[in-house]
Amino acid sequence: MELFTEGDPIADTRAPDGPIEKRWDTRRFEAKLVNPANRRKMTVIVVGTGLAGGSAAATLAEQGYHVKSYCYQDSPRRAHSIAAQGGINAAKNYRNDGDSVHRLFYDTVKGGDFRSRESNVHRLAEVSVNIIDQCVAQGVPFAREYGGLLDTRSFGGAQVQRTFYARGQTGQQLLLGAYQALERQIGLGNVEMNARHEMLELVVVDGKARGIVVRDLVTGEISTEMADAVVLASGGYGNVFYLSTNAKGCNVTATWRAHRKGAYFANPCYTQIHPTCIPVSGDHQSKLTLMSESLRNDGRVWVPKTKGDDRNPRDIPDDERDYYLERIYPSFGNLVPRDIASRAAKNVCDEGRGVGPTKLGVYLDFADAIERLGRKAIEAKYGNLFEMYERITGEDPYEVPMRIYPAVHYTMGGLWVDYDLQSTIPGLFVIGEANFSDHGANRLGASALMQGLADGYFVLPTTIANYLASGPLDKVDATHPAAIEARADVEDRIRRLLAVNGDRTVDSFHRELGQIMWEHCGMERSDAGLRKAIDEIRALRDQFWQRVKVAGEGEGLNQSLEKAGRVADFFELAELMCIDALHREESCGGHFRAEHQTPDGEAQRDDDRFAYVAAWEFTATGEPSVLHKEDLKFEYVHPTQRSYK
Amino acid sequence: MNLTLRIWRQKGPEDKGRMVTYPVDDVSPDMSFLEMLDVLNERLILAGEDPVAFDHDCREGICGMCGLMINGDAHGPQRGTTACQLHMRQFTDGETIDIEPWRASAFPVIKDLVVNRGAFDKIIAAGGYITAPTGSAPEAHSTPVAKANADAAFESAACIGCGACVAACPNGSGMLFTAAKLTQLSLLPQGQPERYTRVIGMVDAHDEAGFGGCTNAGECTPACPKGIPLNTIGRLNRDYLRATATRGDTPGS
Repeated sequence: MELFTEGDPIADTRAPDGPIEKRWDTRRFEAKLVNPANRRKMTVIVVGTGLAGGSAAATLAEQGYHVKSYCYQDSPRRAHSIAAQGGINAAKNYRNDGDSVHRLFYDTVKGGDFRSRESNVHRLAEVSVNIIDQCVAQGVPFAREYGGLLDTRSFGGAQVQRTFYARGQTGQQLLLGAYQALERQIGLGNVEMNARHEMLELVVVDGKARGIVVRDLVTGEISTEMADAVVLASGGYGNVFYLSTNAKGCNVTATWRAHRKGAYFANPCYTQIHPTCIPVSGDHQSKLTLMSESLRNDGRVWVPKTKGDDRNPRDIPDDERDYYLERIYPSFGNLVPRDIASRAAKNVCDEGRGVGPTKLGVYLDFADAIERLGRKAIEAKYGNLFEMYERITGEDPYEVPMRIYPAVHYTMGGLWVDYDLQSTIPGLFVIGEANFSDHGANRLGASALMQGLADGYFVLPTTIANYLASGPLDKVDATHPAAIEARADVEDRIRRLLAVNGDRTVDSFHRELGQIMWEHCGMERSDAGLRKAIDEIRALRDQFWQRVKVAGEGEGLNQSLEKAGRVADFFELAELMCIDALHREESCGGHFRAEHQTPDGEAQRDDDRFAYVAAWEFTATGEPSVLHKEDLKFEYVHPTQRSYK
Repeated sequence: MNLTLRIWRQKGPEDKGRMVTYPVDDVSPDMSFLEMLDVLNERLILAGEDPVAFDHDCREGICGMCGLMINGDAHGPQRGTTACQLHMRQFTDGETIDIEPWRASAFPVIKDLVVNRGAFDKIIAAGGYITAPTGSAPEAHSTPVAKANADAAFESAACIGCGACVAACPNGSGMLFTAAKLTQLSLLPQGQPERYTRVIGMVDAHDEAGFGGCTNAGECTPACPKGIPLNTIGRLNRDYLRATATRGDTPGS
């Protein structure tokens, strides 16, 4: 059977025409408004409470809508945005170092390896400056200079200092700012907060998203919640690899269920492998921990020049070390973008020059920086990261170089959205990491926080109003046949998962799926490897439904059942990721195909054939998906071979 | 390593609950504490028993979701470390380890080691914010903040809301959590207009949620994985006194 079929291209992204710097203004002016008196009669469901979902829920409530917010954690403050370390980009140009909205736009399109949509990225760069203002007003304690003004630093592949930060906990501080704004609205009665609830199905009525089916994770109760519009802010799908820097609960279920109901899934193969994570220590490993990329500002990456050099790193003289990033990429050195740094680490380890017990690691060395700046300065900048490293590995990075290795960190792919962040299902909006929109094939450091908050605070609240103003929508409730069917599907799935009662745990399947994905759909992909992976995934998925053992029952708190549902959806996504990676016969950003590289081993794009967004339409379980192409036009940033040499 | 675990098992809020003993063998010192519990749970599932429910998410010490009393210490023996970041090299072969949920009247047990910390969210909803609706913010550089204040505000803002302070406190008080947020916001110029209404709102919500009062036992700061200093509670008390003495007015503005 063929793996996919091709359908009509996507003709219209609904971005306004005209000069790129005027498009967002135009959109804002043309967007219809909802009368304030009517807003409180409208309900918006927001799934997820990270930077995107939390800021969207708070802002929509401030505007007067009735908001219902959902998260699987015990509090909205715990969404995984909280773990982002390094910072948030904004084109403030406080450093007077040549930054501008246009430069941030340019860097982001280029960094994404010319696989993102210009209109969206320009808007992101424009809005970036408002985010910093907003967060400062909320009391986010950004790092400051002695004069009391905000400090900035350069970050991952940028030659200007446009990254605002709060020590190594920027995500935490930004999220708590959004969380507090959300709690204020909860206190005022404008947001109905449902923590420990998981969305398990989307309700589509007459072609429009009108509600969700959720499971109360404490009681096990299934309920159907209806609304005028649904916003998914449920994050990325990096946990398909089992080991990733994502939180254990991060999952694809909300977006995958929407995909099965008609929302196209775009560029699923674009995943970001972060170069600076703590290496795996053994089979028991349950997750990987990121060491902020900001460390590459002062740390130098190296491996021994000779294979199998097992000496203590401090005993290896400088001329026997290969500072390979500085050697291969003299102009960017240790600050090359993530995809490049990750692949370079893989290459030196493949050559047998990796370090540490597993030989899957490279050194990140601070000895020079400590000598130059003093231990105190390094402590002030990175103290919490160094402590975290020592807790996990038992080694002191002030004395011994850190060992790092790439790990899955972020997914650029996600549900396809138009300029208004609306999916192919009217009334279903997708924001933050859950959508595919702004990062192309590779996200630049400190841009995830920017996009999450841009979508949630500024973009969605404008564009969703335009949709809601086109109403009024028909009154529907949970007794609508479509709602009853969605709920029955959820209950049936839970029954089926519990009924298998086999001999393997959910985690054992998840781990095996992750190994297949890491091996064949990770840092380097090939035609043969991807085909093999697709076969293996299908075989393992069949095994899952025959042999999985889920403990307990549907009622009450059942973490085994929660995991089983998520892993079942990861199996379906994994196959689509491999098909997407297989069909894209080029290398771009985080997607590196072994067959498509330049003579010196860099990613070789094929703009003639692949300058498009691959948006996949679900047909039926086991049937091939339909590929819809959205052609990317580059009017302002001319595609070039990305070079950081 | 071979260990003996004694774990609190409680089917639900109404169940009385009890300690149950589980031997766990072949534990690697490189495992995290939660990975060690994962190993136990895998075994329980295959044996047809109910796995131990415990809260966790990021497993890198920042989300605040995990929280266990380990041998009577909140988050276990290592200072400044959440349970998820605690590694088994902190224990010795043959050791018996007691694992219990947070115990505090404001944090009722849901199941096994999982408790309801919703009371913390209520405290924040009662004033733990600066009112700044989206779009209303002035240019970020229009108000400089002295670096010392910004740094001190950050130190308090580092609270992860895990509840270790409450679990460690003999009174089950949530004062360190409340004071951390109050301190952060009162050190910043943006936080001044609501400074005194905030402290009243949050302290009232704290008391209503069933937390005990602070008697300066001082158990909270050592248990805090982020080292939130005890003097934040002093700041809270100063602001609270000033606010209650002039209830209705906003002193200093």
